[in-house]
Amino acid sequence: MAGIIVDDRPYQVDERENLLQACLSLGFNLPYFCWHPALGSVGACRQCAVKQFRNEHDREGHLVMACMTPAADGTRISIEDPEAKTFRASVIEWMMANHPHDCPVCDEGGECHLQDMTVMTGHAYRRYRFTKRTFRNQDLGPFITHEMNRCIQCYRCVRFYRNYAGGRDFDAFGSRNHVYFGRHEDGALENEFSGNLVEVCPTGVFDDKTLMPHYTRKWDLQTAPSVCTHCSLGCNTIAGERYGTLRRILNRYHSEVNGYFLCDRGRFGYDFVNSEARIRRPKFRPNRDSQAITMDKEMLLRELGPLLADKPSRIIGIGSPRASLEANFALRELVGSERFSLGLSARDAGLSSLILDILRRGPAPSASIHDVEQADAVLVLGEDLINQAPRLALAVRQSVCQQPMQIADKLGIPRWHDAAVREAAHARLGPLFIAAPHSNWFTDVATETYHGAPDDLAALGFAVAHELDQASPTPSILNPAIGSLAKRIAAVLRQAKRPIVISGTACKSETVIQSAANVAWALCKTRTTAKLCYCLPESNSLGLAMLGGKSLEDAFSVVKDGEANTILILENDLYRRADPLPVDAFLKTASKVILLDNLEHDTMSKADMVLPAGTFAESDGTLVNNEGRAQRFYQVFPAEGDVQESWRWIRDLAVASGHPRQSNMAAWHKLDDVVAALADAIPTFQRLTEVAPPEKFRMVGQKIPRQTHRFTGRTAIHAPLTMHEPKPVEDADSPLSFSMEGYLGQPPSPLITHYWTPGWNSVQALNKFQNEVGGPLRQEMPGVQLIESSDKRTVMYFTDVPAPFQARDDGWLILPWYQVFGSEELSARASAMAERIPKPVLMLHPDDAARLRVKSGERAEFALGDRLHRLPVKLGAAVPRGTAALTIVPGFTDTALPTWSPIIRAVES
Amino acid sequence: MLKLLKGIWLVFLHAFTRPVTVQYPEEKPYLPPRWRGRIILSRDPDGEERCVGCYLCSVACPVGCIALQATEDEHGRRYPAWFRINFSRCIFCGYCEEACPTYAIQLTTDFELSEHDRRNLVYEKEHLLISGTGKYPGYNFYRVSGLRIGGKDKGEAEHEAAPTDLRSLMP
Repeated sequence: MAGIIVDDRPYQVDERENLLQACLSLGFNLPYFCWHPALGSVGACRQCAVKQFRNEHDREGHLVMACMTPAADGTRISIEDPEAKTFRASVIEWMMANHPHDCPVCDEGGECHLQDMTVMTGHAYRRYRFTKRTFRNQDLGPFITHEMNRCIQCYRCVRFYRNYAGGRDFDAFGSRNHVYFGRHEDGALENEFSGNLVEVCPTGVFDDKTLMPHYTRKWDLQTAPSVCTHCSLGCNTIAGERYGTLRRILNRYHSEVNGYFLCDRGRFGYDFVNSEARIRRPKFRPNRDSQAITMDKEMLLRELGPLLADKPSRIIGIGSPRASLEANFALRELVGSERFSLGLSARDAGLSSLILDILRRGPAPSASIHDVEQADAVLVLGEDLINQAPRLALAVRQSVCQQPMQIADKLGIPRWHDAAVREAAHARLGPLFIAAPHSNWFTDVATETYHGAPDDLAALGFAVAHELDQASPTPSILNPAIGSLAKRIAAVLRQAKRPIVISGTACKSETVIQSAANVAWALCKTRTTAKLCYCLPESNSLGLAMLGGKSLEDAFSVVKDGEANTILILENDLYRRADPLPVDAFLKTASKVILLDNLEHDTMSKADMVLPAGTFAESDGTLVNNEGRAQRFYQVFPAEGDVQESWRWIRDLAVASGHPRQSNMAAWHKLDDVVAALADAIPTFQRLTEVAPPEKFRMVGQKIPRQTHRFTGRTAIHAPLTMHEPKPVEDADSPLSFSMEGYLGQPPSPLITHYWTPGWNSVQALNKFQNEVGGPLRQEMPGVQLIESSDKRTVMYFTDVPAPFQARDDGWLILPWYQVFGSEELSARASAMAERIPKPVLMLHPDDAARLRVKSGERAEFALGDRLHRLPVKLGAAVPRGTAALTIVPGFTDTALPTWSPIIRAVES
Repeated sequence: MLKLLKGIWLVFLHAFTRPVTVQYPEEKPYLPPRWRGRIILSRDPDGEERCVGCYLCSVACPVGCIALQATEDEHGRRYPAWFRINFSRCIFCGYCEEACPTYAIQLTTDFELSEHDRRNLVYEKEHLLISGTGKYPGYNFYRVSGLRIGGKDKGEAEHEAAPTDLRSLMP
């Protein structure tokens, strides 16, 4: 700690910080632009000037930039000094000389850092009488708008996009007052994290293009804390609604998970909630040949009650990895655990439960995204991070900066001094080894990359583990290239202080997952604190594995054998889980198929009854992310009509059936009741009640409002429907209210609905919610870690070492090639995504393509299951010989993959 | 006695003064232009809607009786897709007019807003939008500032320089 004196008052601050960070942490309002807690200082904007004095006798002092001055012990500064204040006001005035007066038509207005800082410094009237500089804008694709006239040249965008996120198609151009930030030509920003520019830009140069068609100011959005449902990482988000539609997603800071940034899939994939294909009314098909008719809730329950009461043992329930824990548990209670299926194929369910088993029984704890950022050596084994868990890829990119940081430490350069640290580190990058079936731009920061078939990747993992600990098994036949790579990887991992091994289900290979565990366990044995990180396919995959249940194949055979005839499907499209033929047979054999879901899909068209379930924005629930962290997401707005939470539908079904076994379910009135029942029923979930404050939680006797204190139009919105201004809907499930009334201060972190403090209307208000800028939130409840890693040092290594991959003459091993935009079921239905979803292709090694005599762009024919497909061929030198990569975009699923199939050149008719 | 006669004389004189009361509704009283009566949405001198859907009127409204939805046309000009004022709640404080950055929303001298049914006091955009400029004849927001719209390119607003040529090497 260092003692500094601000305006003649002493304070204790962290000496590793700069004065700007220290002042903001102390709660002072000091304006700034170019500094960002995650990006460090460059001193470009000159906005955070303060007066520094040599000692108590120094009356003169000199202006310094707070962000470029270390908070050394004994530093004496003044924020309120008249000269410093005039200087800061002048800086704003210079920026405003060219800033257009277009706030009324600017999407940033009302949450603009530049507006806030202008008001803070007191600049009000433009004295500059000459013309304003203008720029032409670019079309930056479906996600981001561009309005360069508003730019204040703080360089934050370039520093985030290029330095932090590794983007290459965006830069600063020109010189003096002609500096331009954009692409070399019009076109969509390629980087998967471009959406963060919306929050990084202190003014309205970059804004959310998906918000524009339903534009709403920040103060008019009804917002609730949510958790992203588009991959397994569980990034925290703030979802905003107006007039009954979901309008946008913002980042919600979580010090251990997503920090300050989100990926574009998470930020722009929300629009499926407003989709035309939403199921909004219960539907009923009297018989299989007739059209579905809509029905109201009571009629439907009257119809269904006797059906379920008849023979409760003849119902099977199909759960879902994209539904909340509570919904899955409710279904399991309704049908009984022996008749509850996970809704996953045996292979996919096996992968999730293998990962759960590894995390539970091994000594390596699971790593959070923050741990990965801090890692000084990373091995990625068989996981396609940028496409399957994008936010984790961004964290891995930061990990390569950890080791070069030591050079800066040695030179005495503080870590926040971004430009100097970069200069000192030069082009040096820390160790990162990526072993994956395909390459993408992200693999370029790796120290070494290895592209191989899943079996070869596993062999590499086993070899590395064997190098680290001779007790672990080694492949009997090992390619010498893999052998020497394994030696190099092992040497680096052994040296590292915080090594992390990342793997996951992207290869759909058990041995890859097992080999990653062996590496981490071998590291744990040799005293280092190694961590293990697995990526799973969906938002609640791990939670579902903890709940446990039968596979989809078991469900198929139960119905086939006639032991059950009614199927209750929870938020699941079975055609994405298994081959079409068995699913067809399954749905046809059953006498009644009841589906609970929110979007129309192939399974829905076969269902006899469809119940409209709420999406993440219309329901509360708990999701377990890839590290085993249980996190609560909250309802954003009251659901319309008969749409309700899945667990409520299941409870209503239980009550309607009137069966005694379901009598306890009748007592489920709010989410807390389901959570308590789940915590009681399954020991793993014992601590689930601690995830977030209970429904009874109040701040000073009040609920926490979802609407801002400036929320508008409350006497006009409903006026055409009723003049009697209806009472706001009451939220029975959470301490949040659908109203602008309630506690206005800072609630515990899972309940923060929006970031706002007086004078800070932009997302930068977040600084005021942390004790120390960039640190945890005040009253942080980071979620509950449901997995306790074993503290046993002796480990049972996996010994199932695969034989080397052999290319075949009669076919190719077709591997899934996931896409950040398109592979995930829900986000692929968002309207803004359509433009970014790639066309399906089959990627082959150039040698293999030559063997087939197909050129790039020509079409090839291959078989998946019993269906033939014809796709254009793309050449990729990184594709292992003997394998082919199939893009997983709408129309193609990974259910049958990896599979062997002959490929022939398609004859065009 | 004298006092009584004085009183009668005064009353007699008043019979010849101009009456203060006005024979409303046959006769309309004079209202100053700044009278805060029924709210309208005006058009700019080119006949386009002035409202750009910035939501400042709705946030200024102390009773929350204004609701709207902003949208934009194919050339980037913003306008309200719908605009609603619930006059049964309006207190005619004029804050919306004060907040409006484009002189779109204006209060007029019309105060005759009685209705038998409260629902008829909910005015939608078609009821609010007039065909003239209202109290501020010359002003056009998009000529002064704002985004590029159809008919106004970058650099064509007041006090704007021509767009910067990024490919120029000149200092």
